[in-house]
Formats: sequence, C-alpha cells, structure tokens
Amino acid sequence: MKNQNFDQQKEYKYGFTTDIENVKAPKGLSEDTIKFISKVKKEPKWMLEWRLKAYERLKVSKEPNWQKPKFSKIDYQDLYYYSAPKSMKDKPKSLDEIDPKLIETYNKLGIPLNEQKKLSGVAVDAVFDSVSVATTYKEELTKKGIIFCPISEAIQKHPDLVKKYLGSVIPVTDHYFATLNSAVFTDGSFVYIPPNTKCPMELSTYFRINASETGQFERTLIIADKGSYVSYLEGCTAPMRDENQLHAANVELIALDDAEIKYSTVQNWYPGDSNGVGGIYNFVTKRGVCRGKNSKISWTQVETGSAITWKYPSCILQGDNSVGEFYSIAITNNHQKADTGTKMIHLGKNTRSKIISKGISAGKADNTYRGLVDIHRKATNSRNYTQCDSLLMGNKCGAHTVPYIKNKNSSSTIEHEATTSKINEDQLFYCNQRGLNQEEAVSLIVNGFCKDVLQQLPMEFAVEAQKLVGISLEGSVG
Amino acid sequence: MLEIKNLTASINEKQILNGLNIRIKPGELHAIMGPNGSGKSTLANVLSGKNGYKTSGELKYKGKDLNDISIDERAQQGIFLAFQYPTEIPGVKTNNFLRTSLNKIRKARGEKEVDALSFLKIIKEKSNELGMDEKMLSRQLNVGFSGGEKKKNEILQMKILNPNLVILDETDSGLDIDALKIVANGVNTSRDKTNSFLVITHYQRLLNFIRPDFVHVLSKGKIIKSGDMKLAEQLEKTGYTGII
Repeated sequence: MKNQNFDQQKEYKYGFTTDIENVKAPKGLSEDTIKFISKVKKEPKWMLEWRLKAYERLKVSKEPNWQKPKFSKIDYQDLYYYSAPKSMKDKPKSLDEIDPKLIETYNKLGIPLNEQKKLSGVAVDAVFDSVSVATTYKEELTKKGIIFCPISEAIQKHPDLVKKYLGSVIPVTDHYFATLNSAVFTDGSFVYIPPNTKCPMELSTYFRINASETGQFERTLIIADKGSYVSYLEGCTAPMRDENQLHAANVELIALDDAEIKYSTVQNWYPGDSNGVGGIYNFVTKRGVCRGKNSKISWTQVETGSAITWKYPSCILQGDNSVGEFYSIAITNNHQKADTGTKMIHLGKNTRSKIISKGISAGKADNTYRGLVDIHRKATNSRNYTQCDSLLMGNKCGAHTVPYIKNKNSSSTIEHEATTSKINEDQLFYCNQRGLNQEEAVSLIVNGFCKDVLQQLPMEFAVEAQKLVGISLEGSVG
Repeated sequence: MLEIKNLTASINEKQILNGLNIRIKPGELHAIMGPNGSGKSTLANVLSGKNGYKTSGELKYKGKDLNDISIDERAQQGIFLAFQYPTEIPGVKTNNFLRTSLNKIRKARGEKEVDALSFLKIIKEKSNELGMDEKMLSRQLNVGFSGGEKKKNEILQMKILNPNLVILDETDSGLDIDALKIVANGVNTSRDKTNSFLVITHYQRLLNFIRPDFVHVLSKGKIIKSGDMKLAEQLEKTGYTGII
C-alpha cells in the first residue's frame, strides 16, 4: 500500500501552539498556589476554604495504582496550576475586546466564537488553559432562566447553587485526582436548567490546553431541576509536545425529579507520537446522580486522543425509576492506553441501566473496559444490560474486559455480553473491491462497529466523530 | 478488454494457476467452468488484485498492465467482482456503502458525485429493472441476508456501479430458479458493446439463460478446452471426467 499520503494525514491536526503571553501561578503545588488561584478568580472566602480543605486532604492521600496502564511519575511540584492569556486578566466585556489570537485559535479548531459565525443551535463555552474565554448565546439562554457560564463566574454570581451542589456528587475526599482537582480547579462550565424547561440548544464546552508544563484542572457542574432537559457536549484538543501533560477534571451532574441530562464527550487530546512520546494523561472523574424519581442521565463518550485515558463516567441511580446510560467508543492506536468504563450504582426501586462499550485497539495499544454494576438491596426490580465489544487490529495490541457485578436483591436482573473480534481480511477485500482504499475501508468497518454509540451523539457532532474515528486509525492496517 | 498470457499464481507455496491464457474483447461474455479446486476462484481473486498471491505472466486490462495496480484502483477503473461468499459488514447500511462505492468510482471517472436523493432514484430504477425489493438496501450490508439475497445484492451492486469488466464468481451456486432468473436478467440487461463478462460457474443452468459467446474448461490451473455453448451442454452430459 502507498503510505506517503497517510503520513501527512496522520499528523495530529490540532497540534499547533498559540503564541500568547501568559499569566501563570508560581510553579508547584502549595497553599500559596491555591491562594493565588482563588485570588485571581476573585473568589469568596468560603471557596478558598473549601479548596484548602481539599489540599489538607490531598497531603495525606495517595495516587491510586490499581489501573492497568502504568504511567511515569508525575512531579506535582514541577507543574503550573494556573495559566491564562495575559489579555484575559481584565476580563474582556465583549468579543471585540478578546485577543484576536484567541479567536483565531478557536477558528482553527472549528469553533467560531464571533456572533456572525457562531455555530447555529449550539452555545459554546470556550476554555483556554485555565480560563473561560467566551460563552456564546448567553442572552438567549438567560431569557429562559438557563444559566450557562464559566464556573468561576457562577461562584461569584450564583453562590447558593454552587455551595449546594459542588462536591455533592464527587466528594472532596473521593480519590487523589478528584481531591487534587478540588484544591486547584481553575475553570470549566456551570449549567443550571430551571424547572420544566427544555434547553432549546446544545450546550457545549471546548477545552484547549495551550501552555506547556501546565496541568488543566477543569470543573464542570450541571444541575437539571425538576422536569427539565439538557444536552451538553464537550470537546478537547491540545498541542503536540514531548512532555506528558496532566488533565484531571471533575464533572458532576445532578438530575432532579423527571429531569434528563445527556452528556456527550468527543475527546481528542494529543495522543503522543507514534513512538509513545508525549501526549495527555486524561485522568478524569465524571459522575452523575439521578437524585429525583424518573430522572435520567446518559453519558456518551468518544475517546480517541490522550496517551492514557483513565475515566469511568458513572451514574448513581438514587431516585425510583431512574435511568442511567453509558455509551462509549474508546480507540487506542500506536502506544496509547485506555482504562475506561462506567459505574452504575442502583439505589432506587425499578432503576434501569444500560452500558454499550466499543473498544478498538490498533498498533501497540492497550484497551481495557472496566465497569461496575452494583444493585443494592432496596433497588428492587432493577435491571442492567451490558454489552462490551472489542475490536483488534493487528497482533501487537491488547483488549481486556473487566466487569464487576454485584446484585444484592433477587428481583433484579443483570445481563452481560462481551465479544472480541479482529478486523476481517474478507471485509477489507470486499470494500477494496468496491473502490474504497484501505483507510476508507477501515474507517467504514470501524464506524459500523461503533454505530450503536455514534447514533447517540447529537447530530451536529456525529459526523465529526465519524471522521475522527477514521482519522485515529490511519496507518494502522496495510 | 482483458488479455491474460501465461498467468501463474500460487498461495502459501501452493501453485494454483499454471499458465492460463484468455482474451476477452469488449461485448463478449466468457464462461469458465471447471471442477472444484481447478483454480476458478483464484482466477477471480487474482484479477481483482487480492493480496496473498504470488503471480507471474501478463495481465492486461484495457491495454494496461494490472500487476502494479491496487485492488481499489482496479475497482475504480471498472473491474467488478461479484463475490462467491459476500461478507457481512455489521453496522454499515447497504445503501450507504453502495453510495460511497459509487462515488469513489464516479470520482475516478471524473464524474460528479451523486447526492443521497439522486442515489435513491438510481436505486429505485435499478431494483425495479431487476424485479427486486429495494428494502433490502436499508438493511446492514449482507447481515442476516439469505444466500440468495446476498447474491442478488451483488447483482444490484453491479447494475448500479456499471463496471466494464464483470467477474461473476459462482454467483449461481445455491440459488433457486427465481433468484437465478434475476441474476441472469441482471447480466442480460447490463450487457452492451462496451463491457465484458467473465462468468465462473459449475453448471450449465445459468448459461442457458445468458448464452455465453465462449465457454472454457479450466483444469489444474489451465484452460484445457474452449468452445461455445455446445461445450457446456456436453459437460452437463458427460461431466468433467469425460473431458479431462
């Protein structure tokens, strides 16, 4: 096969760096760093205290090490915990005041922020390193009583909501990276949907890591009040660097009675080069709670980037009749590693959960599905259905499925199905014979394999995700 | 259209084709018959460029050497193989697959790509011509198709892609008489002065419906006898043992 074109295409499209002057916190993790962050964010005292409490906890906790992908030691004192473009210091009031370099960066990423060019039907919050740069469609949303703003703004303007819900799903003490995030989180999105309101457009946050030696610690909090609905999407990219950069986010979702949250992720952090040098450590804690009856939380993730992806978007099904869903595509190529899956904790009666996971491994990559289904004693008549499919390409990669299943009452049922297959020579030949080249054939077959998950994505992003699936696997066959 | 001289092919050190010669002009339909293991499917695979074969000899298509051309480029240049065992591709809708395929081929020909709407029209027209139900096309490619449906689907693809050289690899095997007629009808309505057919088959049955210009008998990787329809009729009576 001709490989010339592949090499050009294979290059990570979003690997560029924006040359911009930054304001940074002093290097390293300390009380001073946390105070610095809290100060530049103009936070109230209670927030700083919350952070410092987390920091105290962090001092006595240790990194977890039960995961399959091992990573090189992270020197937490050699990182910057806050980095923001200098021009953002005096909070630009409108888009006209934002540094054109930033606008240009997002244009390049396909996320226009200008009023005229903004994506139709999608409100975007753009986060650049440690700050939110801009949020589109703000006024239209405000009219409906919907709050969609950077979390740093919510802390100032909506302290009651933040105080009530922040850390209520992921406690400060949860585990090392969640605790770290609680101490040093910088920005992220805050969403509140008032009762009986259907959010009229997709809400989306676009995360961009730009500065070197910087960790990104974003925090997202989404609250869907009684009878409301919201669909939220996050996307992520980072420049190509030889160092491993840490991304440790916390995402908390709360769905009250009869509310529904649909959360989709298209994760395309820099995966490192083909020899496994560089790339993002994507260590993220995502958890939602269906607090009210008949509520629903649905996670959809397309994980194609990062050197290591380590995350388990989970649902706590507390309200009776609540529903949790997890749809996942995890693609690993070259030296990438993923250990991802979900936790479905059934507490309420008649709760239902569904897990569809598609893992694709190519090159020398390693892909693990790890999932917990835990049906408690009082969660009578509950149901779980799990389907885990793995697809292997070549003979140097690995796929693993590690289900943990607990059922503590006799009226509930759990189903688990798992398959592992290899991409089939006959399928490739068939596609080639119909005029598709090797890359197109692989993309088509893999997209078919992932169909059940891709169709869960909002229309606007499904096409993009399909392309991404193909691009991530370029050069992996032939 | 196609000129093969002294073609040999081996796979895993096993010699299968042993100096095969054939010449197919535009407008002609050639049938290749032969017992199991005589190299019929290998010929189809080698013509379409399938990986894994070591070949020697001359392989010319439209006057150009085929040896260095990849599978997909051959397809784009008009070589179509109707598979003996069409493979299943889960999650991929037949009509989406077919549109992707058609657009790749049209692009290679320098023609404009067709959008979803005009493609639907093409599908309707072609499946009506064949007397087929177009609903099959909204199902996943070959997934859960019966043997007959798979073969009919191959013929429909042939009609839509409009190739120059069609290779049918035992398309008639395992078909009931109605399906066989659909396949034959597909071939007959596609034939014109500009395209050629190479029909690989075990039986005379299909040939009764499509009337080949030439019939060849393949044995041990070589064509040992060529003739017209009468040769096929003789084979049906005496079997291969009467000839080989």
